[in-house]
Amino acid sequence: MRLFDTELKNLRDGIMAMAGIAEEMIELTIQALAERSSAKADRVNELDRQMDEWELKLDQLCVDLLALHSPAATDLRLIASSLKIIPEVERIGDHCCNIARRASFVHPPILSEGSLERLGQETRGMVRRAVDAFVGHDAALARAVIKNDDTVDDLYAQIYRELLRIMLADPLCIERASHLILVIKNWERIADQATNIAEEVLYILEGRSAKHPYLRGNAVE
Amino acid sequence: MLSPQTPETKPVKLSVRNMDFRYGEKKVLDGLSLDIHAERVTAIIGPSGCGKSTFLKCFNRIHEISAPVKVSGDMMIDGVDIYRGGIDEVDLRRRVGMVFQKPNPFPKSIYENVAFGPRLFGVKDKATLDGIVEDALRKSALWDEVKDRLKESATGMSGGQQQRLCIARALAVNPEVLLMDEPCSALDPIATAKIEELIVELKENLTIVIVTHNMQQAARVSDYTAFFWLGKLIEMDLTERIFTTPRERMTEDYLTGRFG
Repeated sequence: MRLFDTELKNLRDGIMAMAGIAEEMIELTIQALAERSSAKADRVNELDRQMDEWELKLDQLCVDLLALHSPAATDLRLIASSLKIIPEVERIGDHCCNIARRASFVHPPILSEGSLERLGQETRGMVRRAVDAFVGHDAALARAVIKNDDTVDDLYAQIYRELLRIMLADPLCIERASHLILVIKNWERIADQATNIAEEVLYILEGRSAKHPYLRGNAVE
Repeated sequence: MLSPQTPETKPVKLSVRNMDFRYGEKKVLDGLSLDIHAERVTAIIGPSGCGKSTFLKCFNRIHEISAPVKVSGDMMIDGVDIYRGGIDEVDLRRRVGMVFQKPNPFPKSIYENVAFGPRLFGVKDKATLDGIVEDALRKSALWDEVKDRLKESATGMSGGQQQRLCIARALAVNPEVLLMDEPCSALDPIATAKIEELIVELKENLTIVIVTHNMQQAARVSDYTAFFWLGKLIEMDLTERIFTTPRERMTEDYLTGRFG
């Protein structure tokens, strides 16, 4: 294998490793919230450090590949999109930390049973599928992720309204509800990150931007 | 540089349709069809022996000087057939200038190199010639470097200067098209950068077709890129598209170094 191909493989493998950490962090975050587990929240923070290390390493790799190999066509698209995917994955880690550190402030539960869990699982599924689309060069799956963002947005809005009702009804719940608003906002942001990753996957595969379809008339089919 | 968002506004200068080219029995170019727009830079890329240089030479029939050749199909300049349209070859070569891989100044003074073409076409008046020489040297970004030594031999110049002199020599007869066959392959990066800058300036008034093995050079200077393989045109598109999203697998493989 040529050196350049080896380096491209290192890049893809690195992004997959980062994504693996992100998925583990999401899983731990869901558990930390459900179980009020500070041990799991601590583990999320530890993983975030690994994530940050990967980000620095892969950013440098991308710049080196651009500087030393003058990539074109698919290779260029992979590297250009990697430079955008890498920070998206890293942000997922940051959001997980934000959620996990609130795990002890949201108990006892005030939300209707299962709704918070469902938001976490939906978001987790989106991240998983965005990563699978990247790994498997799967444009259809990337499109499905982009569509799925509406489901998470709806769920977020629904929980947000519920929290407002709870706060109005019982001021003693305001502190927990405030933490929960930030928790659900962070989940919703992670889903956006998954969407952005899926858009980059489409760019890598098809060579045209899938962002802001309203500006380009290229709505996701 | 042209982008997919801006529509082409320049007319077609050179048009090629179903063109074959043979050296004796050997078919070197096979069924080429493409348009080259005025005041644009069109780069031709492809592996060695794919017919790039041959194709370039067909535009001013310069290959006819060295070997019996046969061209079929249409090759037009401003809508007039280059081979069958009754165009005078010498006049064609004035309209379609050429710069080669290695700088090839005449073993004469800098001034005489540039004045050679205009003299050939009958310019005798000293003041007129002086004006043409200065203008051509300015256009080729050489004037400031050589204005005080116009009588010195061109062979004493650096490689990059010699190549710009060859460009000045071509410009002196006021061409419409400039063909460049790997014009920077013998030059260092600084001289290369100067020539590339010059190419971009010259396209204001000229149609430029450049053959290059340096893909990054094609990416830097050209508006359109055509990829040739074994005498066939595989793909031609805006340079930006070719280098980011080529349509053909072969182009992709060539650009990414996975060819063959």
